[in-house]
Amino acid sequence: MFEIIIGIGALLVLLIIYMIFRVFTLMNVVKGNDKNQDDERVSVNNKINAWMFMAVLFLGFGLFFWYSYTRFDEYVLPVASVHGIEYESIFWITTAVTGIVFVLTHILLFYFPFRYRFKNDAKALFYPDNTKLEIAWTIIPAIVLSILVFSGWRVWSDITEKAPDNAEVVEIVGYQFAWAVRYPGQDKQLGDFDFRLIDAENQLGMDFTDKASFDDFIPQELHIPKGQPVLFKIRARDVLHSVFVPHFRLKMDAVPGMPTRFWFTPTKSTAEMRAELNDPEFNYELACTEVCGRGHFSMRFIIVVDEPEEYAKWYAEQASWLSQNEEYLAKIPVELREVAMISAGIEDKTKKEIKEEVKASF
Amino acid sequence: MATTEVQFEDHIAHHGADDHDHDHEHHDNFITKYIFSTDHKMIGKQYLITGIFWAILGGALSLIFRLQLGFPEMQLEWLRPILGKWITETGSIDPEFYLALVTMHGTIMVFFVLTAGLSGTFSNYLIPLQIGARDMASGFINMLSYWFFFLSSVIMLSSLFIETGPAMGGWTVYPPLSALEVAIPGSGLGMTLWLVAMSFFIISTLLGGINYITTVINLRTRGMSFSKLPLTIWAFFLTAVIGLLAFPVLFSGALLLIFDRSFGTSFYLSDIYIAGEALPNVGGSPILYQHLFWFLGHPEVYIVLLPALGITSEIIATNSRKPIFGYRAMIGSLLGITILSFVVWAHHMFVSGLNPFLGSIFMFLTLIIAVPSAVKVFNYLATLWRGNIIFTPAMLFSIGLVSVFISGGITGIFLGNSAIDIQLHDTYFVVAHFHLVMGSASFFGLMAGVYHWFPKMFGRMMSNRLGYVHFWLTFIGVYLVFFPLHYIGIAGFPRRYYSFTNFDAFSGFTDLNMFVTVSAFITFGAQFLFLFNFFYSMYKGRIAPLNPWRSNTLEWTTPLNPGHGNWPGVIPTVYRWPYDYSKPGSEEDFIPQTVPYALTPESNLPHEDELVDREKEQDAIVVDDNQS
Repeated sequence: MFEIIIGIGALLVLLIIYMIFRVFTLMNVVKGNDKNQDDERVSVNNKINAWMFMAVLFLGFGLFFWYSYTRFDEYVLPVASVHGIEYESIFWITTAVTGIVFVLTHILLFYFPFRYRFKNDAKALFYPDNTKLEIAWTIIPAIVLSILVFSGWRVWSDITEKAPDNAEVVEIVGYQFAWAVRYPGQDKQLGDFDFRLIDAENQLGMDFTDKASFDDFIPQELHIPKGQPVLFKIRARDVLHSVFVPHFRLKMDAVPGMPTRFWFTPTKSTAEMRAELNDPEFNYELACTEVCGRGHFSMRFIIVVDEPEEYAKWYAEQASWLSQNEEYLAKIPVELREVAMISAGIEDKTKKEIKEEVKASF
Repeated sequence: MATTEVQFEDHIAHHGADDHDHDHEHHDNFITKYIFSTDHKMIGKQYLITGIFWAILGGALSLIFRLQLGFPEMQLEWLRPILGKWITETGSIDPEFYLALVTMHGTIMVFFVLTAGLSGTFSNYLIPLQIGARDMASGFINMLSYWFFFLSSVIMLSSLFIETGPAMGGWTVYPPLSALEVAIPGSGLGMTLWLVAMSFFIISTLLGGINYITTVINLRTRGMSFSKLPLTIWAFFLTAVIGLLAFPVLFSGALLLIFDRSFGTSFYLSDIYIAGEALPNVGGSPILYQHLFWFLGHPEVYIVLLPALGITSEIIATNSRKPIFGYRAMIGSLLGITILSFVVWAHHMFVSGLNPFLGSIFMFLTLIIAVPSAVKVFNYLATLWRGNIIFTPAMLFSIGLVSVFISGGITGIFLGNSAIDIQLHDTYFVVAHFHLVMGSASFFGLMAGVYHWFPKMFGRMMSNRLGYVHFWLTFIGVYLVFFPLHYIGIAGFPRRYYSFTNFDAFSGFTDLNMFVTVSAFITFGAQFLFLFNFFYSMYKGRIAPLNPWRSNTLEWTTPLNPGHGNWPGVIPTVYRWPYDYSKPGSEEDFIPQTVPYALTPESNLPHEDELVDREKEQDAIVVDDNQS
């Protein structure tokens, strides 16, 4: 089907080119232009080209404004974060300012060739410079750009300032070709990690000599509370990845060997967004935007924004990673095992049973 | 034209006492004339033909991945004879080969077409002709420059045919992806070949660059002061300076990557667990590579852009029959861009984990560079204003260049703003931006240059009519291809995605992607009009007049097919700037640079009348020189 469309399109284009040719050639034969081109400085083509500029100007702007207006909701994603609102405002201010420049310069650029096309009796104006004019159009763009930069810089400073102390911390780790997220658990402290400790189960290299990692949990979905600051601590396991959540206007590279971070405050829960978009299937999605290999295009991870109470409930329900992988108790220094069992929530077993399990796992 | 010839003869007569011996005509054989030539004109043409070859290949690669993006369901079994195992069993493109296509398209277009094809062609061809030199400062180094480029081309081309495929990490080849073969097959032999080819390419660029710089500084003809240089030469000169300062940094970056890949060092590698094992490398930083790469990578944008702007300045002035508006401001802008291009590189790294404070600094510096760019646009507009405009195909492409330069430049203001860049970074918005401001603008400059200087290169005229059709199809085509990508980018679609079906957020715009692909095919197809015109006119075109565009610059004072040494007899002396078009009082609407003010009392400005006496002194010195 598509092949046919392309085929027809190509054929049409060739046909048009051929027709244009024939018309040009015939016109020139009729006018006797083709022989004595040297006598005339320009042919009728000069006029055609001049008119083409006007045609392209009107059609081009027509198409531009029509598409920008009618498809607005398709290309502008709804915003779901506090800084996203600031982002939108400078984006649209910049669009307005540059849009005006774009339209004005193009009107001049296409109108001048049309208006001042070659005429035999005309002579161009010898006008090599005008210092005042040049200073003006150096300074005015400089001022306009400064305003844009300063407003951008304010937003940038807001976004990149230190995360509030009460921010919910979530660790996001990119690897070929998926994401993993780790929560600090009840103690609200993410445990240490070391890439040398990574194995088939311990995918994030959690270091169980650190007490803080005992209650860390690794869920299948990323939950965050609405209206509270959230801090993403981002790292990568193998190659570069980049955390991108378009609805939050959030992006930060994941770099092996150099943890990065990004904090923000979500403003709309998943449920609210579903209602707003009238789409019961809607989910916030996390995508990778730094080319990372074969599966780069498939690194999708779902983010769920909960109401704070729901979030607290969900958070409390999560079982620690250690409680689901008890064999790793063996890697914990003996004197810490008891603490580990308590904070990991492994309480219903007797000490003896654990000891046996630990022995068995050796 | 008549004026030119008269003047030209005048000068031979004037400097009759010339003792320069030009009887030693070279009798080149085929090899020294066409292959291992040291003549700058032939080397320029070699660059042009090689560049055209690469452009077709680079364009064709983009069509294959555009098929995947526009028509993801399409059966591509028919490509199997060419692509072999890169077509999967279900008849679509292999996702890794898709990345290879994107990578090679970028590498080829940026380096082999728009750097070598543009700078290589026109710097070589035009510098000696426009400054009045017999050849480059070193013809031999110039030849070496081309042949290093050729060697680099052969290696890069061969990487397309190896079993594990060419480099696949994007044209920026960020490590660790590009350093680890287990991460992606293209990072094996393909990446090695990429690095070797780029190393030779850099050597070629440096050899070319020192030659351009030396030639412009040392070999200008009598009277050709820097303030009388055509803007083309200013642009080529500054481009070479940028290249000379920036390319060695890429070289060092590539060298460290070679060490990491082959000798177990850890410049860019640290804390990596891949394919079931933790690598021993610690202490390196992938960010270091990004700094080194973009220290070249950003100036590279201006390396491909400045020559195009230079060419355009010359062509717009000539065909508007007006002096370029604000000659000094144009030079100032070029200088400003040259200097600032070195201090903006980290705007490619706003979300790389860079210190936010550095991000602020680079945002300020980046938006400063928009000012000289804006000045250039306004000066072009002022040049067109009240001109007497002749639409040659070269002129159309030049106006087209200004248009895409504005469109693409404006989106640079979004991306240079670190706050806005957070959302737009690595989306199709960036793709749209640089394809317009760097890709299309430079390509239009290249095309304008070919159409404008073809009569000088080959002594024949290209067909204007074909040129017009080519221009309008290309101009409308690039807008239809690249403008829609802005919308897709604002919607957040990431670059280098094989398919968008995995994400709900990126499931839209299938119609627009289809439209872009079809437009890309038509635009690419239109280039064959140019190819036909180019090769046909080379042999069958109308014999060109000596100065077909009634231009002021020196190259049009050479014979129709200039031989070795460019000018038979003495090199003409230059008396005035290259932009005396439509000067009040003058009968013709142009006065070539070789016409002394003494001969044009009717059109001299007051301060130029004073120069008449100095001209006499100058010429007296010439005579003295010849007698001694």
